[in-house]
Amino acid sequence: MKLSREEVKHLALLVRLGLSEDEIERLREQLSNILENFEILQQVDTTDVPPTAHCIALENVLRDDQSGPSLAPEEVLSNAPNREEQYFRVRAVLEQ
Amino acid sequence: MDLHRLTIHEAADLLRRRETSSQELTRACLDRIAAVDPAVRAFVTVCADGALQQAGEADRRITNGEATPLTGIPAAIKDNMCTRGVRTTCSSRMLEGFVPPYNATVVQSLSDAGMVMLGKANMDEFAMGSSTEHSAFFPSRNPWDRARVPGGSSGGSCVAVAADEAIYSLGSDTGGSIRQPAGFCSVVGFKPTYGRVSRFGLVAFASSLDQIGPITKDVTDCALVMNAICGYDPGDSTSLNQPTPDYTRSLVPDLKGLRLGVPQEYAVAGMQPGVESAFKAAVRRLAELGAEIEWGAFLPHTRYALAAYYIIAPSEASANLARYDGVKYGFSAPEASSMWDALEKTKQAGFGAEVKRRIMLGTYALSAGYYDAYYLKAQKVRTLIRQEFDRAFARFDALITPTSPTVPFKIGEKMDDPVQMYLSDICTLPVNIAGIPAVSVPAGFVDGLPVGLQAIGKPLGEETLLRIAFAYEQSTDWHKRKTPL
Repeated sequence: MKLSREEVKHLALLVRLGLSEDEIERLREQLSNILENFEILQQVDTTDVPPTAHCIALENVLRDDQSGPSLAPEEVLSNAPNREEQYFRVRAVLEQ
Repeated sequence: MDLHRLTIHEAADLLRRRETSSQELTRACLDRIAAVDPAVRAFVTVCADGALQQAGEADRRITNGEATPLTGIPAAIKDNMCTRGVRTTCSSRMLEGFVPPYNATVVQSLSDAGMVMLGKANMDEFAMGSSTEHSAFFPSRNPWDRARVPGGSSGGSCVAVAADEAIYSLGSDTGGSIRQPAGFCSVVGFKPTYGRVSRFGLVAFASSLDQIGPITKDVTDCALVMNAICGYDPGDSTSLNQPTPDYTRSLVPDLKGLRLGVPQEYAVAGMQPGVESAFKAAVRRLAELGAEIEWGAFLPHTRYALAAYYIIAPSEASANLARYDGVKYGFSAPEASSMWDALEKTKQAGFGAEVKRRIMLGTYALSAGYYDAYYLKAQKVRTLIRQEFDRAFARFDALITPTSPTVPFKIGEKMDDPVQMYLSDICTLPVNIAGIPAVSVPAGFVDGLPVGLQAIGKPLGEETLLRIAFAYEQSTDWHKRKTPL
């Protein structure tokens, strides 16, 4: 599986990961090599094999809807890169 | 006496008899850190003042007769477990300044038991790596040979214990990140059954694979830490609601009546001859201790485990790491023209090369058109791997393998070749795929470099693994050898 530069750029856009031109080229080579190694999986017959997402057979875990202690607003906001009063400050989502 | 060289149970005996105090013990460890950490770099953060204060509280608790076996014992915590008021970086620029407002459940459990927290241990960034070279800050070094890696991703946690900087530590294991470095540093590392230990407050890497466990100087200490951290936590919806045994009762020095399988599939190409002969000698020892040994091929899908793992783990990581948007916490790119530009620049500057590689790999495996061929296929192979472990455990009480096919490799040796780096977890990652427990114990040396022995158990088979590890350990003196530091 050889990836193109365009495919690498498309993947980066999907996850909003900024990449330099050097990083794009390096990732193109490395991901292509890694994916080639993964082609071994196509040898495995998985007809009628169900997928495993999780190893322990847990049903939905429910609890009573009871209130408990929460973090104080100051604690929640203490790591905010940008804040204004009791809010996280973000850049404008809609541009003019 | 060199107090920093003690095990938990040795130190606890002295504390109980008032032959030393937690403050003396803590000072000895802090002095040791000051003396040797510049050479091995196990710690990202050292909490000297906090540790001495906790030691004072522990001494009062011991005087009042309220001590547990862990009260007053100094420990290191891997830097991906949240510690209230102490920065938790995941060895990443992204979280360099992150100070959690709460404790991970394991940290709270150990604090309640009287832990003295010496500091936070270095790791591969976001636990992605096998050498601790992917730390955004600095690589840790193997105390047996400082030109070599300590393994990873819990490299700092293993170095701290092997170099006698901490009496014990916690690591996390997603594909071998406790056991592989434990083997490389000649300490005991245990990955419990998935769900046995709460993941609440563990910074998520691959949520269906991550598990916290102890790193200790001997198996007795391992059982003592397991007693404190295992158990149900309503704060983790994948936590197992099962009673926790007293693991110290498993410390029995014989293996009579146990059936152990040695899967041939783990004798992988690239296994070093020295590792192979140390491993065979260890298996002979297990037989001498009374175990019935059978060599054979039981796990034919092992050869597909690496590929399945490196699709599943990056896929989960790409979803988990999407949260680092520079808004609520963590690094935020200061110069950006728009919201989208800020997001891209934040991730570009905040994440290192291996993290970016795995985010991209996971995104590829989950993306439209490739999902069935990669992610779904890997999940089906995961089922086959689980099923063949189930079949093996119908015949055996545990499976025995080397922890890693090689001794510790040189710093820099595998940094330019991700696939070679991934191969160093070949013996450990099938265990995470199946969600089962495994332990690595010191099993000798090749030219002065450590070799680890891995025992793999059935779900909730921790007690059998501790018995095997303890009986083996007690018949050797590997765990008593000290690094040249």
